[in-house]
Amino acid sequence: MSTQVLMPALSPTMTEGKLAKWHVKVGDEVKSGQVICEIETDKATMEVEAVDEGTVAKLLVEEGTEGVAVNTPICILAGEGESAADAETPAPTTKAEASKEEAPKSDEKPKAEAAPAAPAVVAPAPEPEWKGGTQHITVREALREAMSAEMRADKTIFLMGEEVAQYQGAYKISQGMLEEFGEKRVIDTPITEHGFAGLGVGAAFGGLKPIVEFMTFNFAMQAIDQIINSAAKTHYMSGGQMTCPIVFRGPNGAASRVAAQHSQCYASWYAHVPGLRVLAPWSAADAKGLLRAAIRDPNPVIFLENEILYGQSFDVPEDPDFVLPIGKAKIERAGKDVTIVAFSIMVGKALQAAEELAKLGIDAEVINLRSLRPFDTETIVQSVKKTNRLVSCEEGWPFAGIGSELSALMMEHAFDYLDAPVKRVAGLDVPLPYAANLEKMALPQSSHIVEAARAVCNR
Amino acid sequence: MAKPATKPKDDPSPAKAKSPATPGDNSVSPDELKAHYRDMLLIRRFEERAGQLYGMGLIGGFCHLYIGQEAVVVGMQANVRDKDAVITSYRDHGHMLACGMDPKGVMAELTGRSGGYSKGKGGSMHMFSREKSFYGGHGIVGAQVPIGTGLAFAHKYNGNKNVSLTYFGDGSANQGQVYEAMNMAALWKLPVVYIIENNRYGMGTSVERASATTELYRHGEAFGIPGERVDGMDVLAVRAAGEKAIEHARSGQGPYILEMQTYRYRGHSMSDPAKYRTKEEVDKFRNERDPIEHIRKRLLDAKIIDEAGLKAIDTEIRKVVNDAAEFSQQSPEPDPSELWTDILVEA
Repeated sequence: MSTQVLMPALSPTMTEGKLAKWHVKVGDEVKSGQVICEIETDKATMEVEAVDEGTVAKLLVEEGTEGVAVNTPICILAGEGESAADAETPAPTTKAEASKEEAPKSDEKPKAEAAPAAPAVVAPAPEPEWKGGTQHITVREALREAMSAEMRADKTIFLMGEEVAQYQGAYKISQGMLEEFGEKRVIDTPITEHGFAGLGVGAAFGGLKPIVEFMTFNFAMQAIDQIINSAAKTHYMSGGQMTCPIVFRGPNGAASRVAAQHSQCYASWYAHVPGLRVLAPWSAADAKGLLRAAIRDPNPVIFLENEILYGQSFDVPEDPDFVLPIGKAKIERAGKDVTIVAFSIMVGKALQAAEELAKLGIDAEVINLRSLRPFDTETIVQSVKKTNRLVSCEEGWPFAGIGSELSALMMEHAFDYLDAPVKRVAGLDVPLPYAANLEKMALPQSSHIVEAARAVCNR
Repeated sequence: MAKPATKPKDDPSPAKAKSPATPGDNSVSPDELKAHYRDMLLIRRFEERAGQLYGMGLIGGFCHLYIGQEAVVVGMQANVRDKDAVITSYRDHGHMLACGMDPKGVMAELTGRSGGYSKGKGGSMHMFSREKSFYGGHGIVGAQVPIGTGLAFAHKYNGNKNVSLTYFGDGSANQGQVYEAMNMAALWKLPVVYIIENNRYGMGTSVERASATTELYRHGEAFGIPGERVDGMDVLAVRAAGEKAIEHARSGQGPYILEMQTYRYRGHSMSDPAKYRTKEEVDKFRNERDPIEHIRKRLLDAKIIDEAGLKAIDTEIRKVVNDAAEFSQQSPEPDPSELWTDILVEA
């Protein structure tokens, strides 16, 4: 059977080119891989190789012809045992049909296929009422209890990071864990974030459930390619075949007087990425319940802690099965006049602000987001329907921050219920300064939240 | 500490490099030699067809062909056991075929169809097969090296005797994360074999212009990782070196580096006219060093097979590739609903 050789596209954008030179003539035997002609585009001259074997029966386009459209037949090859004459009029090939299929019919306007709507987000079940007593523990202890409890239950979970083992953790989160779980499961790494984050991703692909501790999320910037390109995208890129059950955790945001390189909030960076879950606990109960959920989750999870909160104590349910749902915000304080949305350390500042506002006769509702992706839009919308006023709080920069997203979501979902524009409280748009007075000015304080709430309430 | 093997410096005519397994040897049977020939030819024909489908606009985006390098993956894969992990860069079609993945599923992924290994959502650079322990297919230069090291970590953690074959190119060989991974692999004695496919050019930049030391097999010396330079155009030399390196890793002695001296005949990707090298250079490799021609000649010289036998293999492969190409055009595009699936695993 004869075959047509078609004008090839040599780049993703090429539509036509010049047939610069033939390397074969009628009657020549052609082998797979043999250069048959040269094609010139505006960018380059490239050689075209034969895919099929055969004898050149006819050259359909003369050497030197300009503007030859991609997929135009340029040559006919006669198959084995076929004379050149037999091949003069080849039957239409499937390739030609395939190329025709590409072109829209003249009487039909090509129209872009509309993307189907995103599936509705299924709201997680609300947090159950925890029976039994509570214990008053620090966020640090809560994180340790969460990891230890999960590691006792599942041998495929291990903890790796800088100073997590012998040093007992740079912030003592993993204190005592080396002793309990041994060096096979609590592993000190070299100071090579890019490498050990990628190694963790590989271990997760290989069936383990790594907890990767970054000494701070500032250092995870070195590893962000592995987190986003490898961990977050592979499930999708593999058509669902590969999974990456991994937790990247560590302190995020400003600590105290450590200056710009060690004081960044990455909430909006990671929350931007489909394929990740992003959690930001405030209390010890958040820390324990969300970290247990994160470790059990079959997806890559970014777990943003806060160094200043590590030593703060909160009541945590003693129930051994205590775990929190991912994707559910918590109303920390009910109120009717204004909704204040916050996450991580800003929740505490928002609650302080609510106390101040109460003295002014403003009854604020404070929502602790807990989860930044998925984002619990519904809980906020319900609150705004009641209060009609919204203030968002975050420590990170304002531009393209979580507050920006929150504002846009309210435009889409609660526009008719807002009696005032959403007000954002955020860190100043500067690298965080070292000097004590400047640092204090650059970070959002409860007083800023009070001012913002008063402004949206016109009081 | 194992000492890096000393090898001659860049030898322009590596035909003389060691080939311990000749057709007369007991180590490689005539059937195995035929199988290697067939497997290499399958990759060659598959890639030629992929190039053609690209030219017809049926494959889009980036498409990096493996033509010329077939002996590397075929020689290495001759040594693997069932659950050994394999991971590589974006020049990955050959690796998938050598792992036993279905050519139809690979080609249909190239054309972005639902019958592809990633349901059309990954493309040329992003395909995986848990069944065949093939972990991708990675589009970011060097990223697969820490991941492959992590696969070895998982094998060691689980206490099985499997290894990780982590392939990367001469371009990746200068990446920071590669050294970070090598350090941990040596530190923790992870069962990983690093296979550097040195095809002489990282896109358009030659190894000499990119790498301060061009003996890439020595790049693990700082970590005490033994390395060896291998004639990557000779499938039997690759196989023999691979056997040793894999045994080293499997037996708990830690990582091993194999620098495969190979050559890609085509450009870096489809749109690369490859003006950074001479036509003479390419022709020299194609005409004098072709890995498939080399084995073809051995098979004939040793009278393992005759011309008719070769023709039969050729015909069989042509059919496999034709079927794959046909399937890749008949398989429907992914359903629009697939846009929203596989973003997260629903717990």
